[in-house]
Amino acid sequence: MRSLFRFLAKNHVLLLFLVLEIFSLVLIFNYNNFQRVRYFNTSNRITGSIYNSFNRVVNYFKLSTINEELAVENSRLKSELEIMGQNTTSVISNIHPNDSLEGKFIYRSALIINNSVNKQYNYFTLNKGSNDGIRPDQGIISEEGIVGIVSNVSEKYSTGISLLNRRMLVSGKLKKNNFFGSVSWDGLNYRYVMLSDIPSHAEVAVGDSVVTRGSSTYFPEGILIGTVESVEIKQGENFYTIQVKLAVDFKSITYVEVVENSEKDEIIMIENLTEDDQDLD
Amino acid sequence: MIRIWIKYGIMFVSLVLLQVLILNFIQFSGYINPYMYVLFILLLPISTPRYFVVILGFILGLVIDIFSNTVGMHASATTFMAFARPIVIELISSREMDKSDYPGLNQYGFQWFLYYSAILVFLHHIFFFYVEAFTFVNFIHTFIRSILSSVFSIFIIVLSQYLVFRE
Repeated sequence: MRSLFRFLAKNHVLLLFLVLEIFSLVLIFNYNNFQRVRYFNTSNRITGSIYNSFNRVVNYFKLSTINEELAVENSRLKSELEIMGQNTTSVISNIHPNDSLEGKFIYRSALIINNSVNKQYNYFTLNKGSNDGIRPDQGIISEEGIVGIVSNVSEKYSTGISLLNRRMLVSGKLKKNNFFGSVSWDGLNYRYVMLSDIPSHAEVAVGDSVVTRGSSTYFPEGILIGTVESVEIKQGENFYTIQVKLAVDFKSITYVEVVENSEKDEIIMIENLTEDDQDLD
Repeated sequence: MIRIWIKYGIMFVSLVLLQVLILNFIQFSGYINPYMYVLFILLLPISTPRYFVVILGFILGLVIDIFSNTVGMHASATTFMAFARPIVIELISSREMDKSDYPGLNQYGFQWFLYYSAILVFLHHIFFFYVEAFTFVNFIHTFIRSILSSVFSIFIIVLSQYLVFRE
């Protein structure tokens, strides 16, 4: 026993080092389980407010670009409204009275106050939280395309998993022929993601649009992800390796919209029921 | 004694803020991200107990982690660097040197400080970037990232010695 104590006393620095090192590795490994511990990320009150106040100063200098973006979006929405206005009668006659077409997705605008593109697991912080109706697992889109998914929420702030995160997987499809696959980031270049699982008999060309599939409850269908940059098929494989150029420039996004799917709980409930049924067989 | 605590307290807060508010947003082509905050560990008095350096390294890393959503990654890298610090100091110091307690550039000279900061910053960055990638698949890519970022970090750390920490 005494020699054990002597050993501990002699090597206390090494032991302390190992304990702290193991503790931090445990933190890394369990990151996905740390949704409950919200104090370890930027959605907590202190870090959130520091970023928010700093961002207020920085954004002052970006005002002209932000204004320009908003003006562009405004004019686009106006012209869309014009087109909708012409077709209202035909659209309405096609809708079943019980279809709640409007109101299935609720959009809330938010400001990105902290963002990164150069890590392997990129996250960003939004200036809105549960007080504004933001909940975990809601999709985040911007004017150009999809951005990410909300992961942690505090009262006033929230963090989102960026599409540039190796833990992120989104299901996407080719707009022109509806072949679908999964979109993921390989951690190399912040302008490109990979689209995989597109079978080799599908027609793919450079420049094709890749959009969200709408199968998950995060995003509405048809939101732009990017355009096909290069298509490749490895010998002996039945699937393409497709590189997609992102529609969103993650370095310069400021304003985003958080998408709430009001039918999400219902969809998940039904999906769970179906899974239970399959288990019975 | 209290003056030293206040001095290092201010240094801690300002280096963390500098890192998370400004340097984290310097991202050339998604490759280079300087991590200057490790300067705090570099500038601790040489007589600081070794266990205390390790603890401070862990706390510093964890604070940076919380600000940049990288739970545990900076903490593990900075702890490693803090543990390696006394070993590196022993390796590069010759016996004849008159030892000041403050390992600054003016006290120890440019060459010593460059070696000292370069070795420790390299260790920290390589550890950090491989822990972050958590794979050796893109070995070369991760290596290039850590080298480029290290060079940039070392550059601003040495530069800061001329601009701010002149005393």
